[in-house]
Amino acid sequence: MNVGDALPPLEIPVTRTLIVAGAIASRDYQDVHHDAELAREKGSPDIFMNILTTNGLVGRYVTDHLGPHAVLRKVAIRLGAPNHPGDTMTLTGTVSALDGDTVEIRVVGANRIGHHVTGTVTVTLGAGA
Amino acid sequence: MTGDAAAGSAERDERDERDERDERFHHLLKTFEGRPAATAGRAKDAVNEPMIRHWCEAMGDTNPAYRGPDAVAPPTMLQAWTMGGLSGHTDRSSAYDELLALLDSAGCTSVVATDCEQEYLRPLRPGDTVTFDAVIESVSPRKTTRLGTGHFVTTRMDVRANGEPAGTHRFRILKYALAAAPPKAPPRPARPRPVINRDNQGFWDGVREHRLLIQRCTACSTLRFPWLPGCNACASPGWDTVEAAGTGTVFSYVVMHHPPFPAFDPPYAVALVELAEGVRVIGNITGVPYDKVRIGMPVRLEFLRVDDTLELPVFRGEAG
Repeated sequence: MNVGDALPPLEIPVTRTLIVAGAIASRDYQDVHHDAELAREKGSPDIFMNILTTNGLVGRYVTDHLGPHAVLRKVAIRLGAPNHPGDTMTLTGTVSALDGDTVEIRVVGANRIGHHVTGTVTVTLGAGA
Repeated sequence: MTGDAAAGSAERDERDERDERDERFHHLLKTFEGRPAATAGRAKDAVNEPMIRHWCEAMGDTNPAYRGPDAVAPPTMLQAWTMGGLSGHTDRSSAYDELLALLDSAGCTSVVATDCEQEYLRPLRPGDTVTFDAVIESVSPRKTTRLGTGHFVTTRMDVRANGEPAGTHRFRILKYALAAAPPKAPPRPARPRPVINRDNQGFWDGVREHRLLIQRCTACSTLRFPWLPGCNACASPGWDTVEAAGTGTVFSYVVMHHPPFPAFDPPYAVALVELAEGVRVIGNITGVPYDKVRIGMPVRLEFLRVDDTLELPVFRGEAG
């Protein structure tokens, strides 16, 4: 693995089910993540993905690629364009730093509006990696 | 002081006042920095396999590290363990509630999470008891975003498992007032339509064919413009038409500055053009800046397509 290496992209179909299941699995009952009518009242065109789900998907993207021995050390994300039902979020990643068995990966999740998420994930490659 | 200067100064005063008010409010918000956001928080559930499984199902995460007898919780679940859930938080500090209420009262009733920075110090395993404390790190000055105007509130949470440091969780939300839907630019009002009646129908028929028709008295041959039912010279109602050759000179003109009419972009020149045939016609001058129009300037007729249903004769100034 080298700095600059790209991870294979991962396409996440952003379904209504994913948004609601992610919100509830993360114990986030804010109405904008499950109730389209109330989301619209609050100025959003539809429900949108909560940050905990995005965080979980970013972590999954990196460990899917690096395998079960890789351990997440840091995940820092910033949200931009919301993920609405019907969107597809494409996660891409690039190795941005390497230090011993610690790898830093820049991750971007883009949907049709723009960058839903940009972030940095720091991982240690465990035994067997 | 002129009226404009007075209005400008009043606007400035208003802006200064708003800036001052913003600054005072931000000063008040900043007094919350360093105060606790949650004290001695305790997760509603110990780390447990069902919640881990539900999380992994939702995320589509099949990592074997999160299953089986040696399972750990997905590290990115860190915040999930600390969530209040449907029954809400019971461990929020009064300072945090007070801060949010203050922002609500300033109209910043909407909330969106913008940043999450987590560091994982020790894996969480089923059975671990999760406790946490959080502090209000910072409250930003008033910011205007695409969503609306509000304040970013950053908290930092220390999460422990069975009393041992397990991770840190920095979280930023934007508390904001919904931006009003951007006002749609009203469509530019259409230019006024000509009033067409049986006395001038022939003129507008000519315009449609790109011909500028002058009325001629069939009794005394006097040309007349604008179109009228009878001759100014001999009062005869009989007439036919002569097509203007299209050349002329500026006989007189005005420049419209004020008041602005919605369909027009002032300043613009309106000229009284004397046609080669001797009659005078009012029209816009094109091709020459309004301040370069001069009496005596030669002009040539052309037709301006104003919109779908309107064409007008105008006069292009000829250089020289």
